[in-house]
Amino acid sequence: MSLKKKAWINTGLIWSTLAIVIIVPIVAALQSPLLAWRDPVYIVAGLAGIIAMVLLFVQPLLAGGYLRGLSRLLSRRVHRVIGGILVMMIVIHVIGLWITSPPDVIDALLFTSPTPFSAWDVIAMWALFASALTVLLRRRLRINSHKWRFIHTGFAVVIVSSSIVHALLIIGTMEVISKRILCGFILAITAKVIVDWWRLPKR
Amino acid sequence: MTDTLITRRTVIKSVGAALIVGVSPPLLPVHAQGLLPTPTMRGGSNNYLPGAAIVDKIGGGGFWMTGTVRRAGDGKPLAGQRIQIWAHTTEGHERDPHSHGATLTKTDGTFRLEMPQIVPAFGQPHGHLAYDGDEFKTVFLRPVMQNVNDTSLNVEFVLQPA
Repeated sequence: MSLKKKAWINTGLIWSTLAIVIIVPIVAALQSPLLAWRDPVYIVAGLAGIIAMVLLFVQPLLAGGYLRGLSRLLSRRVHRVIGGILVMMIVIHVIGLWITSPPDVIDALLFTSPTPFSAWDVIAMWALFASALTVLLRRRLRINSHKWRFIHTGFAVVIVSSSIVHALLIIGTMEVISKRILCGFILAITAKVIVDWWRLPKR
Repeated sequence: MTDTLITRRTVIKSVGAALIVGVSPPLLPVHAQGLLPTPTMRGGSNNYLPGAAIVDKIGGGGFWMTGTVRRAGDGKPLAGQRIQIWAHTTEGHERDPHSHGATLTKTDGTFRLEMPQIVPAFGQPHGHLAYDGDEFKTVFLRPVMQNVNDTSLNVEFVLQPA
């Protein structure tokens, strides 16, 4: 097999895996029987959370430049845009849940919720917001690129791990098998980005 | 399929049991002889609707909420006590007034109220109960179903005078 052909197959594999990992959990969640007993606001809130979860898989792929066909520069730009969408999704998620049941959201935000996953989702949310804030203030705070990677990776690890615990502990609209597989992919690709970065020749 | 193997209730039950067995006899000789009051559960009062009406059945029914109400200390069954019940069910959200209903305990201190099937909301299939009277101290419970397909839930109230 020629090298060119191999590269094409690789590219195809990467993008089709990406498409499947993104589409399957969302389609499966849209089949959930729970949706029949939920108001539109609650459904949208849940879906925003699932989309955010799926985007957590896309972000490390872009950060590591693993999506063949996208240049490093384009990858970074898309990573930044998706970061913004991620923040939006979480805002929709929390507001939608707040409208559905204010006391449950207040309990979660105050870390007094009876559900074992609630602390994790709030930790993930604040880590995401803090991460977005450092992105906006990076220039002003004059954070150099070496420090930046530590800060940004640190936030990423907290966001990813708390979100995974949150998702796995919750009984919601996500179908269980596709949810676990998605979480596995997120964990694996996040670990890969960090390992690859660690292995880079140090300046 | 449930995702949580160890529920919060399991932890509370085991820790509670361990504390009662291990700590009470030497440290709390008086309470060791009597029935301890049920503490209010975290999040138990969420979406409570003061003064929900007494009903024969909430909505179309199909799910049974059952329980006992006793007095702290001597464990005497308490008759005629008003218990409010609500949950996210196949017929409505917790905040919807039609998801709420109250019932009175019988002479043996038991109560049972039929309601629509409880479905998972905010991550857990759970119900809410409130002791809805003035004679005893208010207690809110938030029991979680062991299995999503369960068609009943049983709780125990041990009340202490207000």
